[in-house]
Amino acid sequence: MKTPHRPCLRLAIPLPALLAALLPALAHADYSWNFPTPVTPIARNTLHIHNEFMIIITVLFVTVFAIMIYSMFKHRKSLGHQPAKFTGPTGTVQWLWALVPFAILIFIDYILVGIPAYHAVIQMEDTKTKADMVLKVTGMQWKWQYEYPDSGVKFISNMATSREQIANKEAKGPHYLLDVDNPVVLPVGKKVRILITSTDVIHTWWVPQFAVKRDAIPGFLRETWVNIETPGIYRGQCAELCGKDHGFMPVVVQALPEAEYLAWIDRKKSEMAAAAAGSEKTWSKDELIAAGKDVYEKQCAVCHQPNGQGMPPAFPPIAGSKIVTGPLLSPEGKLIKDSHVDRALNGKEGTAMQAFKNTLSDTELAAVITYQRNSFGNAKGDFIQPAMIKILRQTEKKEIL
Amino acid sequence: MNKASSLDHAAPSGDATGQHGYGSHPAGILRWLTTTNHKDIGSMYLIFALIMFFVGGAMILAVRAELFQPGLQLMQPEFFNQLIGVHALVMIFAALMPAATGFANWQIPLMIGAPDMALPRINNWGFWLLPPAAMLLTLPFILAIFGIGDGAVATGWTLYAPLSVQGGMGVDFAIFAIHILGISSILGSINIIVTIFNLRAPGMTMMKLPLFCWGWLITAFLLIATIPVLAGAVTMLLTDRHFGTNFFNAAGGGDPILFQHLFWFFGHPEVYILLLPVWGLMPHVISTFSRKPVYGYKAQVYSFIAIGVLGVVVWAHHFLTAGLPVPALLYFMYSTMAISLPLAVLFFCWIATMWRGAMSFETPMLFAIGFIVLFGMAGLTGLVLADVAADAQYHHSYFVVAHFHYALFAGGIMGVMTGVYYWLPKWTGHMVDEKLGKLHFWLTVVSFNLTFMPQFFLGLAGMPRRIPDYALQFTEFNAISTVGAFILGLSQLIFAYVVWKCMRGGGKASDRVWEGTTGLEWDLPSPPPHHSWETQPVIK
Repeated sequence: MKTPHRPCLRLAIPLPALLAALLPALAHADYSWNFPTPVTPIARNTLHIHNEFMIIITVLFVTVFAIMIYSMFKHRKSLGHQPAKFTGPTGTVQWLWALVPFAILIFIDYILVGIPAYHAVIQMEDTKTKADMVLKVTGMQWKWQYEYPDSGVKFISNMATSREQIANKEAKGPHYLLDVDNPVVLPVGKKVRILITSTDVIHTWWVPQFAVKRDAIPGFLRETWVNIETPGIYRGQCAELCGKDHGFMPVVVQALPEAEYLAWIDRKKSEMAAAAAGSEKTWSKDELIAAGKDVYEKQCAVCHQPNGQGMPPAFPPIAGSKIVTGPLLSPEGKLIKDSHVDRALNGKEGTAMQAFKNTLSDTELAAVITYQRNSFGNAKGDFIQPAMIKILRQTEKKEIL
Repeated sequence: MNKASSLDHAAPSGDATGQHGYGSHPAGILRWLTTTNHKDIGSMYLIFALIMFFVGGAMILAVRAELFQPGLQLMQPEFFNQLIGVHALVMIFAALMPAATGFANWQIPLMIGAPDMALPRINNWGFWLLPPAAMLLTLPFILAIFGIGDGAVATGWTLYAPLSVQGGMGVDFAIFAIHILGISSILGSINIIVTIFNLRAPGMTMMKLPLFCWGWLITAFLLIATIPVLAGAVTMLLTDRHFGTNFFNAAGGGDPILFQHLFWFFGHPEVYILLLPVWGLMPHVISTFSRKPVYGYKAQVYSFIAIGVLGVVVWAHHFLTAGLPVPALLYFMYSTMAISLPLAVLFFCWIATMWRGAMSFETPMLFAIGFIVLFGMAGLTGLVLADVAADAQYHHSYFVVAHFHYALFAGGIMGVMTGVYYWLPKWTGHMVDEKLGKLHFWLTVVSFNLTFMPQFFLGLAGMPRRIPDYALQFTEFNAISTVGAFILGLSQLIFAYVVWKCMRGGGKASDRVWEGTTGLEWDLPSPPPHHSWETQPVIK
């Protein structure tokens, strides 16, 4: 008995030391051992399945290894145990003993969990029956766009945690990395059919408390659904590696009672109308630059950096860029291929530079283009009106489709 | 059986350090470049695997250090993404697979009574393709230091399009590395199949073939079946990147999910490619230290075959959240669950082999038992992951990371260590330092669980994998995991030292090495002569 136990003794020294070192952290920690509180029927069901599963596999684990550990203690050479010679089941009784575990396993696989799993899959994939509304989610490097086809409301949701917090230059807020500027708002008690796609690479939309996780695949629509039972704010993250800021594209859903949700939709609609009106007005160069700085910091600085130096070769600089300092439009006022405006509107295929005409308003595009041409040492002095962007959009319709 | 005493003992130079006794062969580096001896090549495979194990390990320790606290401390996300992907590629293709091939080279001829592998020159090529491939994989890191390119592949080892279409030249390096590694694997596999089919000793029917050889035989067939699919997929990726094709681009009529189907058609069997050699060696070790014959030999052979066949028809469970149609979801769920049955047969046979034996617990046996228990956890959590509804929550999370490290570290790496501790005395002629071996075992088991157990809970709480920074509620478990990872990493230095020490000297190993050994390889002296079996033994 003595020999096999000696290594344990040797280990007894470092282990308590280690535990003592970790103890302060361990004691004050707020541990989460299981799924967060479910707030949709699917999430409750998933948590139930998961808990049941954990019990089953714990029982299997303990039973199987109890037998093994019993054998390790009883059938050891140091106790003088004489080895048996059998190499397989002999006789009916032994065959039964050998087959019973497999019967149990088949029962677990295909009856005990197999049947509830079937129903859960059917429930999860039934996105259309009695759906009350549709939400379209578009993943893009590295933010989410939400669109309500019924009301035409459409906006971008960016992470709101500052780069200073990530770089440890500022104290981290309570919702560090899980905070956005525009949360997506959904009504409680309604079945929301969610259509998911992407404009660039594959992303995954995931809110743990909904138990909903679906990949956003460029060029394809995937769907899922939620029916949120309790008002509140629910946080999740992109779950598929999608490039450098994969860790920084949170999903935040605010669930409101229906009346408040409708009021929110109305407010959003009037905001969008105000933004559209902006493209009718004539802007001064300074107004555009001031507005453009804002847009740049939210949309462009992630890759091209706040100082416009970029991160070559993947993310080219804006400062001194040949494209940015090239001509604005052709003498006839047409879009020049591979020009600054073309890049901003249509992006560059096969790179992280996306077609911003799909996500930014005319005003935002005009502002950010003007800003880039007149900052970081670029002194073009020219500027473009939102109304011009609107015209370019229309003449470029074919490409937009 | 032909006794070892009839063999030429004048030049017992099969071990990694011994000088070559045959005058006509080149010496120094040329000896290793040109060798066609299965033991030389096996040793080179194993040493290469050990070096790359530390390279891949160093990468992930940098990652764990970054994840010790929230916030970015040591590196930017781009570099983080490179480290996680190259860590996986190195560990799978340059550490685990070469280690298993090293075992095959050393052991298959000894176990089946052959003088060498059937195709020695192909064997030499199979190995010497590996160092250039490993160099291709890691070179972009070094080029980036000199300002060339933007570093290694940053897409994770799965290389999912379109992210990999977008990526820098690191992706191209990875594609060519995979091509070369694939050629090496296929050459190795052909050699193993030909050797097993043609060079068995008279009387050794297929149903008397040692289980280790059976495990490798199935692995070799899986490699030949699936590596070409991976090669095709990465070649399509290459042409999408540079020659304007649209295999994976929806705008051009392609489909990004096609890449995932092709990748995992290789990727899932790959799991069994890594594990079958280990499952093959386990019964030998357990039987030896239980002093009792292997239980359920035939059942294990049939289970290997069943797992091999099932392994190639369950691939889509790696992307159940991609939006597959309902019938596909149900099929892949139920077929994945079916794998639990042959796997349960293996567990049953391992434990039944121990049952009523006369066990002793030398280092290889400790590793085997550690393997069974921890790999059991991988199997059980794998069963849970097959459930489509629950998978929606586990998928892409740290739960999966923990699951596959239980499968591939506790299953794969600890399995390989079992084999090294078990066979090293046979290969070197010296016994392994038992004290250090046991210390290595206990440190590994404890720190392994300290590293990966918290990751199950991180996944359940909602932490996605492959993120360089995390929300504050994940802090404590990440800190524990990082501490565990550093102990785990440093403990492996003991392993390297034990192996080195055993190569240099130590107590003399007898021919049979361990008390309960059975099989042809133990009839040969330790270390075995240069041409293992010059006269074929006869099996009755």
